[in-house]
Amino acid sequence: MKIEELSALEVSFNRLIESLLIKKAEDEQFTVRLSSEISQFTRFNHAKVRQTGCVADGWIELTLMKEQRNSVRQFPFTGNWEVDWQLAYTALQELRDELILLPIDPYLVLPSGNNTSREINSGNLLAAEAVVPTVLELVAELDFTGIYAGGVVIKGYGDSSGQKHWFATDSFTLDYSLFSTSGQAVKGTFAGSDWDESAYIAKISEAKKQLELLARPVKELPRGQYKTYFAPAAVADLLLMLSWGSVSEADIQQGNSSLAALWRKEKQLSTAFNLKENFQRGLVPRFNELGEIAAPELSVIEKGYLVNTLVNSRTAKEYQKIANGANGSETLRAPEVSPGNLVFEQILPSLDTGLYVSNLHYLNWSDRHTGRITGMTRYACFWVENGEIIAPIENLRFDESLYRFWGENLVDLTTFQEFIPEVGTYESRQLGGSLVPGMLVEDFTYTL
Amino acid sequence: MWSELKKAIASFDITADWIGIRAVKETSTTRFVRDALPQLNGKSFTAGAMLEVLVNGSLGYAATNSLELSSLQAAAQTAYKQALAASEWWIHPFRESERPKVVGEYKSPFLEPLDALSPGEINDLLIRICQTLKVDDKIVQTIASASTTERESWFVSSNGSEVYQKILSIGTNYGATAQDGAIVQQRSNNGSQANCYQGGLELLKQENLWHRVRQIGEQAVELLTAEECPTTRTNLVLAPDQMMLQIHESVGHPLEIDRILGDERNYAGGSFVNKSDFGNLAYGSPLMNITFDPSVPGEFASYGFDDTGAVATREYLVKEGVLQRGLGSLESQARAGVAGVACARASSWNRPAIDRMGNLNLEPLNGNFEDIIGGIEHGVYMESNRSWSIDDRRYKFQFGCEYAKLIENGKLTKTLRNPNYRATTPEFWHSLIKVGDATNWQMYGTPYCGKGEPNQAIWVGHGSPVCVFANVEVFGGGT
Repeated sequence: MKIEELSALEVSFNRLIESLLIKKAEDEQFTVRLSSEISQFTRFNHAKVRQTGCVADGWIELTLMKEQRNSVRQFPFTGNWEVDWQLAYTALQELRDELILLPIDPYLVLPSGNNTSREINSGNLLAAEAVVPTVLELVAELDFTGIYAGGVVIKGYGDSSGQKHWFATDSFTLDYSLFSTSGQAVKGTFAGSDWDESAYIAKISEAKKQLELLARPVKELPRGQYKTYFAPAAVADLLLMLSWGSVSEADIQQGNSSLAALWRKEKQLSTAFNLKENFQRGLVPRFNELGEIAAPELSVIEKGYLVNTLVNSRTAKEYQKIANGANGSETLRAPEVSPGNLVFEQILPSLDTGLYVSNLHYLNWSDRHTGRITGMTRYACFWVENGEIIAPIENLRFDESLYRFWGENLVDLTTFQEFIPEVGTYESRQLGGSLVPGMLVEDFTYTL
Repeated sequence: MWSELKKAIASFDITADWIGIRAVKETSTTRFVRDALPQLNGKSFTAGAMLEVLVNGSLGYAATNSLELSSLQAAAQTAYKQALAASEWWIHPFRESERPKVVGEYKSPFLEPLDALSPGEINDLLIRICQTLKVDDKIVQTIASASTTERESWFVSSNGSEVYQKILSIGTNYGATAQDGAIVQQRSNNGSQANCYQGGLELLKQENLWHRVRQIGEQAVELLTAEECPTTRTNLVLAPDQMMLQIHESVGHPLEIDRILGDERNYAGGSFVNKSDFGNLAYGSPLMNITFDPSVPGEFASYGFDDTGAVATREYLVKEGVLQRGLGSLESQARAGVAGVACARASSWNRPAIDRMGNLNLEPLNGNFEDIIGGIEHGVYMESNRSWSIDDRRYKFQFGCEYAKLIENGKLTKTLRNPNYRATTPEFWHSLIKVGDATNWQMYGTPYCGKGEPNQAIWVGHGSPVCVFANVEVFGGGT
């Protein structure tokens, strides 16, 4: 998006807040959230274009609060003042009519404070017409599949107490797979704010080397327990499960958390395992749905102990806790797992005999309350013997408890970390990602 | 809307072989109560248009959330440039025949309009459900939610298509969490978000609602003292609310032709099914009959036309165990040379249509519930999905349920907790030894079928009777 278009959207958003402030009754409070993007989406298969297009989207979420009641309206934000204000004013009136019908919400949190922020991260992305040739010319002879998603993403916030935030970023992700003739694949992601041609070439060259390893005959392994090295992308997949019924204070209080045993101190993870929220990379906004700003860092698990849960202001009010700027769903937004002592060169020798798992797929709790997770290996996973890669494996299903693989069975974490970008595009392009090391685990349980 | 869209197409300053506009307006409400206290009351409205332009066999798209003429014109230009930029790299030379001219409309059947109850009345109902769920002090959480959607779409094209569809749908969910020390069990009404249907507000109060609500609360408490599901191989009886997930994951997704063509390999995955399998592959036992059926009144993904304008009809995908055709749109059928169905669907105006399963149903055969259980010497009966995971080729799966009963000598006996089972897709469907009749055929749905790049969550419906599978590996929870 051109800088003047971005500026026009910000002006329009600010005008919307100001106009709502004028229309607001004395006993009313409101919050306004904005999500907007103009995204290029180009999808590839067999090193050809499957679908290509551009999506210009944006919406406002207006929450009105009065007399301990609240309700929400979401409507399009186009940047056209006449259209947007008509939608906003209609929503305001509808909300007023509805509020009087609703039950009292004792844990309603009103906006407060005077936080403001403004962050614009401009980038140097590929022009729309350059995406296809730039991406495909390098991989024309390969079985390349995936998606390029790039453009500007905006997150805005304003409220009746005067808080205001504006976060705009230019970014892209190229999420791709290279397949061998036997159906084995190497997965890669290439992301950033500036398209770096030489870095892209290096990425593809590295992937081609892995493809050679995948050309070997596939080894089928019986179910059982194997020593396993999980590469950072696989660790990131496991880590994401902690945002689904784990680190949330509300989930702990309401009996939904896999970490309840850790919280009750009935169990402990390895002293080598440390998890924190780290916003210092600046890839995601630090403000939440109430305009509150999270600390630059928040330790969650320290030396195997749960030292902080993610506490939203609403949860804090309900359970008499102290809020820490968490979002409404109390999920990890900028997670980082600390590195350990395993140097890159020692990964295979330390593994000795076992599995090298590059990626995982389709994780789910098989028994949440004991921390048990099931899922599949996927993409470039190998059988290793005597510290040497022997063969790619037939994919295996696992079913294992996080209290084992991040607990007594965690051998070590790598000295290096990798940033695994968030490539999700449900509803809109997601931002950020996880900073994680690889990890070596004893006796990981594979079941099918 | 028609005149605006047709006027827009006539005004576009581009030279294209074909142009289509799919405009969508959608209003949805969500009301959610926890422990008899309001958590969320909201209404969202979205409107926008997806423009597709075909140039020299290359399709480009542009989506805009403004339906102003100038925005549609700008989007047409963008879509045209997208098509041109990709024209030398296109995976398949698309033709106008893959966007046939069609005129018609479809409307969901309903009895009561979606605003027949006020927001306050709906909250009152949800609060009462929470209160009724709390049958015991061991119930530590109760939830109840209701959501409604009214979705209108208009599809017009340069070759004369005019399709209007209006979908009304409702989803309800309620459940209870019971806790006794470290033991926590959850029970919901047929699995989270499974009660999704097309229709009006009459669906909010289903028959026997209050009996069912109390039963859910009681079963959550009952599970606290239940035995763990044993680890064994046995007869597995699945209720329709778990068959929904079984059909979805191990029949629906593997039969999507875009997966077989490789489009989804980077995200959702491929399939163990090959193009050459259609018409030949013995997918399961001869008792297995699966239809793609967009015509079932009230089923969640019923429709008259897909999002490219193809007319939707009932078709057998698997007949007497043999694979007949795939879940592929006209585009996929042209690319793969395999028979498909009208299943090109998009989650909204801001996503392009891809192959989707719509309503996928297992057809009933014979046997009422008592007959089925009565014929089993040893087995496990499972209800309501709580865990799902399957590999990228849709081959090795593991699913878990909320509630189970041991079957001993033709009777349901002890309650079992943390029931899970795992198998491979072909092995599992070949082990199908009994399919219930119309008396136990039930349909459910979900709004959260995820797929596509960019990602799309879409609504699907699944109907099935109770089914019996022989010699399946079952197991319980714990470390």
